[in-house]
Amino acid sequence: MLWETFKLAFQAILRNPMRSFLTVLGVVIGVAAVIAMVTIGNGSTAQVTADVETFGANRLMLSPGQGRMGPGSGSGSVQPFAQSDVDKIVDQLSSIEIAVPTSTSQLVAVYGNENYQTSVTGTNSGYFVVAEWTLSAGRSFTDSDETGKAVCILGATVVEELFGNADPLGEDIRLENISCEVIGVLEAKGASTFGTDQDDLVLIPFKTYARRIAGSTDVSMISLSMRDGVSTDRAVNDVTMLMREIRRIDPGEEDDFTVNTMEQLSSMLTGISDVLTGLLSAVAAVSLLVGGIGIMNIMLVSVTERTREIGIRMAVGAQASQVLLQFLVEAIVLSVLGGAIGIALGMGFAAVGAILLDIPFIPDPGIIALAFAFSAAVGIVFGYFPARAAARLDPIEALRH
Amino acid sequence: MPSDAQPPLIELRDITRVYGIGEAEVHALDGVTLRIETGEFVAIMGPSGSGKSTALNVLGCLDRPTSGAYNFHGTDVANLNRDQRALLRRNYLGFVFQGYNLLPRMSAMQNVELPLIYKGMSRSDRVERARVALEKVGLAGRANHDPSELSGGQQQRVAIARALAGDPQVVLADEPTGNLDTKLSIEIMELLQKLNRDEGLTIIMVTHEREMAEYARRLIWMVDGKVESDRLTVKGAA
Ligand SMILES: Nc1ncnc2c1ncn2[C@@H]1O[C@H](COP(=O)(O)OP(=O)(O)OP(=O)(O)O)[C@@H](O)[C@H]1O
Ligand SMILES: [Mg+2]
Repeated sequence: MLWETFKLAFQAILRNPMRSFLTVLGVVIGVAAVIAMVTIGNGSTAQVTADVETFGANRLMLSPGQGRMGPGSGSGSVQPFAQSDVDKIVDQLSSIEIAVPTSTSQLVAVYGNENYQTSVTGTNSGYFVVAEWTLSAGRSFTDSDETGKAVCILGATVVEELFGNADPLGEDIRLENISCEVIGVLEAKGASTFGTDQDDLVLIPFKTYARRIAGSTDVSMISLSMRDGVSTDRAVNDVTMLMREIRRIDPGEEDDFTVNTMEQLSSMLTGISDVLTGLLSAVAAVSLLVGGIGIMNIMLVSVTERTREIGIRMAVGAQASQVLLQFLVEAIVLSVLGGAIGIALGMGFAAVGAILLDIPFIPDPGIIALAFAFSAAVGIVFGYFPARAAARLDPIEALRH
Repeated sequence: MPSDAQPPLIELRDITRVYGIGEAEVHALDGVTLRIETGEFVAIMGPSGSGKSTALNVLGCLDRPTSGAYNFHGTDVANLNRDQRALLRRNYLGFVFQGYNLLPRMSAMQNVELPLIYKGMSRSDRVERARVALEKVGLAGRANHDPSELSGGQQQRVAIARALAGDPQVVLADEPTGNLDTKLSIEIMELLQKLNRDEGLTIIMVTHEREMAEYARRLIWMVDGKVESDRLTVKGAA
């Protein structure tokens, strides 16, 4: 009996395929929008997470002044850090495993006839751990390098710009007025979420940078790595307390430094996609509502058109509940078909979007099941009223129609 | 013929059916009393508006009397609710209408299967029963035709097959030849007569044509919602 009801529903829907399709267009659009957005949202979240990992998931960044991290925040009237601050953090805070100073300038690197503007960072070997850099060739800084030797490690982009395919190891490049030997090459990370080239950098020992390039021992930023298992909140709190003490900030006064976490970064990025997802969900909800009303409308038309059929069915012994079920199933099948088309369409959009945005394509089975459930619910809610109207018909009146 | 031990198939006592209220009140049935036994072939005639269709609808449990008693096989069915009446129609009654009332875009076979679907019969049983029913009305060869591909006479035969398929105790027909010319009407009447004679099928038929009524064995004449006369036809008397 139920199988017969389904068969009947399909027959009724296929009798007028164009009308049926137009009827469910609202559901199709609503479901497609949700599926596309959630799938693209998943992809970009995964992308951000992956990016944050290449950046160093356990990483904190301490910069002077109030505000965002980035170039320029270390200069101006704000009080810079010193190497002693770095040492105190490592010595006194159990939540912090590694702390390294970093100071960065934009400089022109020269090799032979090639010259290339890049960012030169003075730091120590701990930085490789904090920022999760690995070497594709050569070696990291030794203790002896870190006493102020003129050595450097190049990012993949810099190698390509200055050396092309040639082997840079052992060659000397010139940075400003110092000549330094290339001792290592960093494994390429590619572009970040912001689109910046992460491989466009040169690392030199911090002391070398301080003496030969900056001419001061000021530390413009401190990169920190939390110990495994320590919560970000605790680490941030520890660093904040210690720095306030070192920098003698009175209680009640604001910090004159900022601790940035990767969590802030990723939540900022995923926050954007959450807003988008929310907006599109609203669009989808409206479109499902419109779709549901469309289904209700066409089912009412269908009940009127088929009044005589309903009368015949009742005459041969169909009970009200069976007539109700027939029209309800038809509405549900209609809207679930719409949902299925919407899912396919949404997946298609998401797959194309993933390619265009260069993010992974991650279909979510949960949301697909939810979309099916939602379209079935739309069918039930908006199909019930017309189905009840059909079931309440008087057989004699209906036959006379 | 009736034995006193068994209740009659159908027994109406003082049945009324009133449409509208107050000034607009219409007494479509105004105290109808009659008995119909299994195996009878009854024709109902009378002027237009005399309540023939109303009587057939009440007999067929498509409608409910306003007052009076209706016993079917000795069971009171006058006060059944909608769903109970649907079950009664499904299991004991078959209908033939003037306008055939076949479902379009469904083959003759599917139309005949329709009541069997509601009986919850399996597909193979349905097909078999429908085939037998179509054979009885002489349309075995047209099982896969749509109503639109059949003549009026053939469509009415499909409708009769549909009424027969569920193995009913009574077939109720409201002007079954009303849309057909004389030749086809006679074919349909001969078919009904044969089913009554050979299969013992009980038939109650409303008609406007004396000629068709003569195929029945009993003729009920209605006027103004009342049974005016109730007698055997020439065939019934023979
Ligand atoms: N649904 C209804 N509402 C109001 N009055 C009705 C309704 N159905 C029938 N009637 C009235 O009841 C009376 C009997 O109608 P019915 O259809 O039974 O007549 P009939 O004998 O079948 O007539 P005909 O030969 O024209 O088919 C008529 O006066 C008719 O107008
Ligand atoms: Mg009538």
